[in-house]
Amino acid sequence: MSQSATEAALTSRKDGQFIHFDKVTKRFGDNVVLNDLCFAMGAGERVTLIGPSGSGKTTILRMLMTLMQPDTGTIRVGEDYLHHEERGGRLVEASEAHIRKVRQRITMVFQSFNLFPNMRVLRNVTEAPVHVLGLSKEEAEERALGLLAMVGLDHKIDSYPSQLSGGQQQRVAIARALAMQPDVLLLDEVTSALDPELAAGVLDVLRDVAKTTDVTMLCVTHAMKFARDISHRVLMFCEGKIIEAAPPEQMFDSPEHERTRSFLQSVLEES
Amino acid sequence: MSPQLFAYLLEGLLTTLQLTIGAAALGLVFSFAAGIATCSPNIVVRGAGRCYIELFRGISALVLLFWFVFALPYAGWQLDPMWAGILALALNIGAYGAEVVRGGIVAVPVAQIEAAVALNFTRAQRMRLVVLPQAIARMLPPFGNLLIELLKGTSVAYIVLIPDLTFAGQIVRNATGDSASVFTALLILYAVLAVIFTTIVRLIERRVAKSLGRPPTPGFFARIKGVKSA
Ligand SMILES: Nc1ncnc2c1ncn2[C@@H]1O[C@H](COP(=O)(O)OP(=O)(O)OP(=O)(O)O)[C@@H](O)[C@H]1O
Ligand SMILES: [Mg+2]
Repeated sequence: MSQSATEAALTSRKDGQFIHFDKVTKRFGDNVVLNDLCFAMGAGERVTLIGPSGSGKTTILRMLMTLMQPDTGTIRVGEDYLHHEERGGRLVEASEAHIRKVRQRITMVFQSFNLFPNMRVLRNVTEAPVHVLGLSKEEAEERALGLLAMVGLDHKIDSYPSQLSGGQQQRVAIARALAMQPDVLLLDEVTSALDPELAAGVLDVLRDVAKTTDVTMLCVTHAMKFARDISHRVLMFCEGKIIEAAPPEQMFDSPEHERTRSFLQSVLEES
Repeated sequence: MSPQLFAYLLEGLLTTLQLTIGAAALGLVFSFAAGIATCSPNIVVRGAGRCYIELFRGISALVLLFWFVFALPYAGWQLDPMWAGILALALNIGAYGAEVVRGGIVAVPVAQIEAAVALNFTRAQRMRLVVLPQAIARMLPPFGNLLIELLKGTSVAYIVLIPDLTFAGQIVRNATGDSASVFTALLILYAVLAVIFTTIVRLIERRVAKSLGRPPTPGFFARIKGVKSA
């Protein structure tokens, strides 16, 4: 694939760009993690980020989740800037109210599940729909029960997270995220804390989500088969830059870049 | 001991209970207000919380009590001694309690707050629904200790003539001259109160542990036996 083909694949497959990173830079001290990063995703697109440890994959997801701020550059979701807002024709730092409005469309599933230990499974899933979306308790429970059935845990609604296996906790976390009916779902190595068998269950749930919804997905994963099954595009990161972008078949079967090849090789050996 | 003197002691006991529970309740309010304030993103609120803690940790309850009873009247404020006692003890214990609240809050893993951000809770909702319920579990054991400190501290009240248990003890002693038995009685009564308070806090700890889906921390004997029965 030529340089321009990578560029073409960098912009989205679908019309109507939904998420834009525009010249985003992020440093920690002298460590330049992201350097003038530009990329875009279309609505409903599913993109997987791969790359060596420390290449900045988590940083991208955390910035989209507003858990981190870019040093320079902007991120847009739909029509809105995520960390900035336009006031008097200038871009200024966004107010909490603005951030909350834009953040409403985005949610994230974490590597370490992060269920709320003080709430039973059902309440973990209903709490945000009730308090953030303003659903009634009944509506939220109906929605939660549907999602918990989808992830195969409707028999665990009265358990506390501490009484569940890691795989079960992660499936609850996915249900909790989907209960917000997000436009964008961020997944950061959601199976790396799990045994292969439990991971498989979680990945099946996510395949299901990919098949049955049109939620935009941005995932970081080492599960290459899963990435191949669900993604429209795979982006290879190295040292804060996208060095290769391609549909999964192409990326996994005939990677262009030497660095991609060696990275995929090392991941294969590992698993 | 005559029934009348016994009634004195009993009344003193009730007064001590009132002082302890009143100051504990009010002190809890101060603890949470100041403890949460020190975690605020707003620098003024944070500063106010810090000031309260530093100021009232440094002033002994006794000096505060003297000030309420003997200095404040010059400013035209005459507090009922009982209320002055409750307020002085509460302000003092609240400063220590605020550190406990703060410690409990900062001990909640950042990942929990991030999960709450990902669900788009407001700051206040994050605190109320996610952080505090988890933090309270960690606050309870040190709160239990503070409650016992407070109970013991209530005996300063007798100095401004609040008829608490210690005060009643003095009266009975003056009436009977039997120092040995009066002070032994005081000793036992304070110890019994302390055990009762500790037990109550333990029960609350258990309930809270249960509400977090954790098994209650086993007691000493259960732990010894647990080695084989677990
Ligand atoms: N809060 C932080 N403070 C300082 N440095 C950080 C922080 N977060 C991330 N970094 C650094 O930023 C770089 C990118 O980290 P990031 O977590 O995005 O990598 P990653 O691609 O997700 O790696 P992995 O595959 O190991 O999860 C790393 O060098 C890391 O040390
Ligand atoms: Mg990472």
